[in-house]
Amino acid sequence: MSQDVLAGLAVILEEVAGVDPADVTPEKTFIDDLDVDSLSMVEVVVAAEEKFSVKIPDDDVKSLKTVGDAVSYIQRAGVAA
Amino acid sequence: MTTPPRQVVVTGLGATTPLGGDVASTWEGLLAGRSGARRLTEEWIEQLPVQIGAPLATELPLARVEARTLDRSQQMALVAAREAWADAGSPEVDQERLAACVASGIGGVITLLTQHDVLREKGARRVSPHVVPMLMPNGPASTVGLEFKAKAGVHAPVSACASGSEAIALGLDIIRAGRADVVIAGGTEAAIAALPIAGFAQMQALSRRNDSPESASRPFDKARDGFVLGEGAAILVLEAAEHAAARGARVYGALAGAGISSDAYHVAAPDPTGAGAARAVRAALRSASLEPSDIVHINAHATSTPAGDLAEAVALRTALGDHIDAVAVTSTKSMTGHLLGAAGALEAVVSILALRERIVPATRNLDALDDEIALDVVSIDNRKIGTGAALSNSFGFGGHDVCLAFTV
Repeated sequence: MSQDVLAGLAVILEEVAGVDPADVTPEKTFIDDLDVDSLSMVEVVVAAEEKFSVKIPDDDVKSLKTVGDAVSYIQRAGVAA
Repeated sequence: MTTPPRQVVVTGLGATTPLGGDVASTWEGLLAGRSGARRLTEEWIEQLPVQIGAPLATELPLARVEARTLDRSQQMALVAAREAWADAGSPEVDQERLAACVASGIGGVITLLTQHDVLREKGARRVSPHVVPMLMPNGPASTVGLEFKAKAGVHAPVSACASGSEAIALGLDIIRAGRADVVIAGGTEAAIAALPIAGFAQMQALSRRNDSPESASRPFDKARDGFVLGEGAAILVLEAAEHAAARGARVYGALAGAGISSDAYHVAAPDPTGAGAARAVRAALRSASLEPSDIVHINAHATSTPAGDLAEAVALRTALGDHIDAVAVTSTKSMTGHLLGAAGALEAVVSILALRERIVPATRNLDALDDEIALDVVSIDNRKIGTGAALSNSFGFGGHDVCLAFTV
């Protein structure tokens, strides 16, 4: 798993939702563990698209339950692009 | 024979204003006769005919995420509500008996304008998902209700510059009707932006004293030429008297009554006869079981517009008769500017403190009382007052008239 993507997500989560970067580990769920609500999740996705130059369609966002899900998705999408 | 209404007392106060970041500093500023008005320095100001305003005195003490997901009006309401709640002793209350009534005259206009810029410049995908809850006029009420888990109802009456007073009047009704025991009530407004200033300026409602902002808000003065747009929030914790007594709360005073009427005259111009405003004042007296002779102090709406101040003076004489000559009248807006939907809430805070401290802050900038205005307006020096009741007026575009009555 890319440490760069994980670290980048942590920066976004801190900026958008006030999450402590130390809490951003792959097994954490956005909603229950990190308290990122559905509106802030949209902001996270848009910021991640910009930061990592990927597209994350709204339909795919629902499948991103954990930080690890998002890191893997971004890595795959980045390779595909 | 009717049962007397449930008594409602004020147990907590909070505010963030052009004079200070809390109630104490705001009150101190009022007693010192300071002005919160200044020349605005935003880059968009040069295009406007009016270049003065009364912004908040201090930065808002909020977490970054709160600042990001809340409109400025919501942020200010949250800060004032936290102060008021702490001031009330952070009581443990039954959430199902706690309501919030927090009004704004305009709502999240700064969010609306900045996000419209985002849409045009960067596209729909970059519009904040928080934009709708940030711009809706009930946003501040929702913010405060969520913060304190109010489950007995969250309300946001909208009546332009009477909104803050109407929210407090609604809080009184809710407690009297037995629908809640505690209501967090007040108003907030954050509308110092190019479009609102341009719009008010087009109505000829704003002072054009760009070169002397501190003397621009001059209610009841001969040379008044409009109001100064301010921003801020003020919140009161209203509580059923028996509820406050049961928990041993410190009580500032009573919200003894409220009166609401409407002019049905013009959308923006005041009725020069003051008939609607006078009806609101009389209704407040009836609601509070007070006589005109009980009134020692009036915190006037008095925004510093030529027509509005005059109509209010006529209304007060109509409502109180000759007793008005014995009443110490003041205008908080001479120092804070006009906080629109927060004005009535801030002036409720100031009215309660004036009664409790038995001192009325002098109206600033009253160099020469308008000959047409037959009121005893406190100017130059603050004035000591005796015990009695105080009234606070608020009127709004749309023809809204609200009067609150306080006793200590």
